[in-house]
Amino acid sequence: MSDVSVDMSPSLAGVKMTAPLLEVEELKVEFRTRAGIAKAINGVSFEVNSGETLAILGESGCGKSVTAQAIMGILDTPPGYITGGQIRYRGVDLLKRTDEERRLVRANKIAMIFQDALSALNPVFTVGFQLAELFRKHRGMSRADGKKRAVELLDLVKIPAARQRVSDFPHQFSGGMRQRVMIAMSLALDPELLIADEPTTALDVTVQAQIMSLLAELQRERQMGMILITHDMGVVADVADRINIMYAGRIVEKAPVYDIYAKPSHPYTKALLESIPRVDLKGQQLNVIRGLPPNLTRIPAGCAFNPRCRYVRDACKVDPIPPLYEIKPGISSACHFWKEVRGDD
Amino acid sequence: MGRYIVRRLLQFIPTVLGTLFLLHYLTTVGIQLTGNPIRALFGDKRPAPETLAALTSRLHLDDPCLKQKGNPCLGLFRERLVDIGQLDFGTNFRFRPVFDWRGFFDRAHASIITDALPYTIKITIIAFTIEALVGVFIGMRAGMKPGKSLDYSVKISTVMVISVPVFVLGILIQQFITRDFGNFLRGQEWIPEVISRGVFGSAYKQEFPFASLIIPGIVLGMLSLATTARLTRTSVHENMRADYVRTAKAKGLTHKRVIGVHTLRNSLIPVATNLGLSIGGYMTGAIITETIFNVPGVGNQTARAIFQGEPAVLIGITTMLVLVYLVANLLVDLLYAVLDPRIRYE
Repeated sequence: MSDVSVDMSPSLAGVKMTAPLLEVEELKVEFRTRAGIAKAINGVSFEVNSGETLAILGESGCGKSVTAQAIMGILDTPPGYITGGQIRYRGVDLLKRTDEERRLVRANKIAMIFQDALSALNPVFTVGFQLAELFRKHRGMSRADGKKRAVELLDLVKIPAARQRVSDFPHQFSGGMRQRVMIAMSLALDPELLIADEPTTALDVTVQAQIMSLLAELQRERQMGMILITHDMGVVADVADRINIMYAGRIVEKAPVYDIYAKPSHPYTKALLESIPRVDLKGQQLNVIRGLPPNLTRIPAGCAFNPRCRYVRDACKVDPIPPLYEIKPGISSACHFWKEVRGDD
Repeated sequence: MGRYIVRRLLQFIPTVLGTLFLLHYLTTVGIQLTGNPIRALFGDKRPAPETLAALTSRLHLDDPCLKQKGNPCLGLFRERLVDIGQLDFGTNFRFRPVFDWRGFFDRAHASIITDALPYTIKITIIAFTIEALVGVFIGMRAGMKPGKSLDYSVKISTVMVISVPVFVLGILIQQFITRDFGNFLRGQEWIPEVISRGVFGSAYKQEFPFASLIIPGIVLGMLSLATTARLTRTSVHENMRADYVRTAKAKGLTHKRVIGVHTLRNSLIPVATNLGLSIGGYMTGAIITETIFNVPGVGNQTARAIFQGEPAVLIGITTMLVLVYLVANLLVDLLYAVLDPRIRYE
């Protein structure tokens, strides 16, 4: 970054720089609604290190975004409650810290990109104001200095004519440019971890690729850790290092990105891959996963995927829920019959 | 922007002409229905026929077309338009001029509107201030904590205010607060007169030109206050869950800033519209409130003109009210563009 050499970001007591960037352990979140308690996240564990991209993949409503919000501490309570687990940033369990400490972690240490930049940016303030606000409120800069930094940020995310555009309102930008503004905003305070929640969902395919490569480039330059949340298997292939597949609030498969595509170990992952439209299968019926994701107030006993699974046996329909079986270092699957799914002997 | 304002100002012309015609038609039909209003001027006394005839002709109430059933008297209307074009709004039946702009500066040119307007402006300012401050504040507090006791009390009390007509509310307040409670206060020696006779006086008093307008102002502003509070509540409640509020939280901003800057600014867009329009509403509300509390303002004069069937006064005042309403509307539209940058007028 520019001329600031001293780290002015507030420090959090107990932080060990040797500890992993982010560890989530047995996180449980539920939504208490009138229709009942929806168990959105049921014991999710993963970790992210600096310079690494972890993709969390799954259908809508499987708990990806809720996980992100829980990490950020911006879950709407009520109805959402974190009922168990730990979220450790550099060894510090954020859930045990005060609201004020958590507030200072946001944007300074862990920043987030939201999916629909048009609604995620405030319509009544200029882009410059919304960027400068971060410097003014977190770094105590003046309005003029804040604006200068805002221009630098817009340059960084390759928005043409940044000096003029800084005083434009969000609705005056195109979808892709708006998402760049969103990225600039998340990078403003040099966070160590970036959570990108479906950053390209609202965009055209061509723009999607530009945004993803920009994100990947910035992440590499700054050696940030990144959690990429998406439902699009095509988006993650080039960017992610590791992939966690989520289903009904649990992680059902973890693997490096290559292995997921080459040899999925969970029936759900396999079904997801088969449902990607392929040019070489043009003219044939598209594969879909039959059935719907379970209602989170009534998750089926045993493996949550069993009503839709083509490998289902009686063991899948009763508790205990299949644990994450470690297949190889770095690869695990929450399926009793992973061998069969992989085609291993 | 300039073009937009000019276009809007041009649109005023047909609106004002239409209003003038409707008023003219209704008052002339009214004269046909109720008979000669000059006769009513004398009450129980019986004026000499020549006096009656002379007065009738001087007030142009002997125009033959006024006698024809359902005739809108276009000739009379045209004459009236020409007069109004020259800023001559005519006189009432006692030959007091309805409007003379010099009356604002010079007592010698006093007219009905220039005398009455200051009272109405004062009462409107009181009503508007209370509406804007109290309505927005309680609406905001209620919207921030939906489902809590404050939220429910705001919801219930505002529905009550909205469902009770202003004239009932005004008379109830006059009876229980300014008469019963006021009499009690007036019995206490230690309470200053400004409070006991001014603020809690049951009608407007010349000795307390400001204090005695406070309760009429509250009654006038009450209905709009209730709608403003409800609108603010809904708007804040909705915006609290907006995506950009979540972004503001993710930016690590303080709760105060998330609510006070990011949520409030957006929530107030519809509220500002409502506030502007309520100024127009006050003009109608003033007719009732000023009559109940005997405030000698424009509303009171309107009510009197209706009872006495005085076309000139009614037309003069209503034309002015229509202009106030139109200008308030225009200002609201312009304010809207300032508050919401997504709206720009070409």
